[in-house]
Amino acid sequence: MEISIWNRHFETMPREQMKNVQSERLREAIERVYYNVPYYRAKMQEKGLGPEHIKSVDDLNKLPFTTKQDLRDNYPFGLFALPMSEIIRLHASSGTTGRPTVVGYSRRDIAVWSEVMARTLTSAGVSKNDFIQIAYGYGLFTGGLGLHYGGEKVGASVIPISGGNTRKQLQLMNDFGSTVLACTPSYASYLAEAIDESDIRREDLKLRVGIFGAEPWTDNMRKEIEKKLKIKAFDIYGLSEIIGPGVSFDCEYQNGLHINEDHFIPEIIDPDTLEVLPEGELGELVFTTVTKEGLPIIRYRTRDLTRLHFETCRCGRTLVRMEKCTGRSDDMLIIRGVNLFPSQIESVLLEMDETTPHYLLVVDRINNLDTLELHVEVEDRFYQDKISELQNLGKKIKNQIESTIGLTVNVKLVEPKTIERSEGKARRVIDKRKIR
Amino acid sequence: MIIEQLSVFLENRSGRLHEVFEILGKNNINVSACSLADTSEFGILRLIPSDPIQAREILKKNLFSVNVSEVISFAAPNSPGALSRTLKILADAGIGVDYLYGFSPGEKSFIVLRPDDAAKAVAEFQKHEMELLSASDLYKF
Repeated sequence: MEISIWNRHFETMPREQMKNVQSERLREAIERVYYNVPYYRAKMQEKGLGPEHIKSVDDLNKLPFTTKQDLRDNYPFGLFALPMSEIIRLHASSGTTGRPTVVGYSRRDIAVWSEVMARTLTSAGVSKNDFIQIAYGYGLFTGGLGLHYGGEKVGASVIPISGGNTRKQLQLMNDFGSTVLACTPSYASYLAEAIDESDIRREDLKLRVGIFGAEPWTDNMRKEIEKKLKIKAFDIYGLSEIIGPGVSFDCEYQNGLHINEDHFIPEIIDPDTLEVLPEGELGELVFTTVTKEGLPIIRYRTRDLTRLHFETCRCGRTLVRMEKCTGRSDDMLIIRGVNLFPSQIESVLLEMDETTPHYLLVVDRINNLDTLELHVEVEDRFYQDKISELQNLGKKIKNQIESTIGLTVNVKLVEPKTIERSEGKARRVIDKRKIR
Repeated sequence: MIIEQLSVFLENRSGRLHEVFEILGKNNINVSACSLADTSEFGILRLIPSDPIQAREILKKNLFSVNVSEVISFAAPNSPGALSRTLKILADAGIGVDYLYGFSPGEKSFIVLRPDDAAKAVAEFQKHEMELLSASDLYKF
């Protein structure tokens, strides 16, 4: 069988040659950030580094790391390497205390994004003959538009339906004959059940491929979705700080996700010692973007834990592969595709001075959709004799979280000191989802 | 004539109500009146103990959220229309009622009521010569 590869030159490049490409692009990228981003220049100077010290990818480990906090500290545009007149797009993800993480794209960055997404879709067997229904959210979130650009680049008929509105999803899937569904895996499961319950017959649908990502899922979930939807499901990985979706992708052998490493150089580090780990060892994934112009990013700590494998894949791609992420080196949760740090909940609670910081987040997956329940201890100081006031308190917390974080949450008021504490510190999260 | 009532926040968990009364009983605190309001999520137990200060301390020590609120109590004839006439006094004076609970053991009905303005309610009832009960009256029952 012929294996489709969008960009055979880069995707099957011999490793030694790839290293040369990366080294050359890295040198240019370092030069750009050093002269255009005062923040990076200062950080490099602190380490006694100038652009002349970075000659190849072997010098990567000399460079300082970048964290989500660095992006926040330079909010909104402090790390951009181009004047705003050259930035043609801004995306943002929700952040703690109202400060989102902002990313900017130049015209060329959007072209790179389209390229890596075209590789992603081609690898899943998507071509100009397909109808791709994009049920990722469009908007500040990068999911929808990332898939959109890739779909257009390969010439597929793109259906930008965005997330939600299940009835319409089914109607268009049926009427337009969608062959590809792109959404979060949990929404795919949900849609599968909705199809069963509708009067649409599966055999009338033309669906054959799923492009699922933006939240962690297991191989078992993959098998379940494939069985329920009768499709082949492909995993994609990405984060807006690097580019959005398109950082790495599954091929038909589903033997790890191929990283578009001619654009995003990966490293695995020990999250405690920050030392680079050898091939095959589990650690935190770190990326350096070497072609990004708007927001080039040096050694970004993703907090995702995984392993890298460098041998050539059966599909012929030489691109380094990453395993499915097995966890996080921080406490971030991904709920219905939305990133959530417990500290975000904490700051919402602290802002409304009548609540206690003692809380517990209970995450579950019911009918294939993530649910979020927040238990809040009702302390004496804001306990009211009137039921209406207690109910208002619950509503206020719920509304506050929905408007600042964008997640629907069930607030449950509980008695003081009932949330389990270990060594005096409360446990913040119970994740009942079986996704690892 | 204003009576201190305790309200205790309870999760909907079986055995929780029993624990409150067990703690009070062990500490020799009598409860003269009580009422439990429930929602799907939680409940509020309202009670008038023989020693509100001590009862509050003990419950707090046992990690309950406790709130003290001011209620009034009165007796009315146990006959049709009696409560209606009483409530009219409050309505005419523009006093709102948050909740009430009561019982008619014989010739008289005894009502505990939380007005939005306890002092004003007491004044109105006195003006209409209603039979108001004090905390010490209640503890005698």
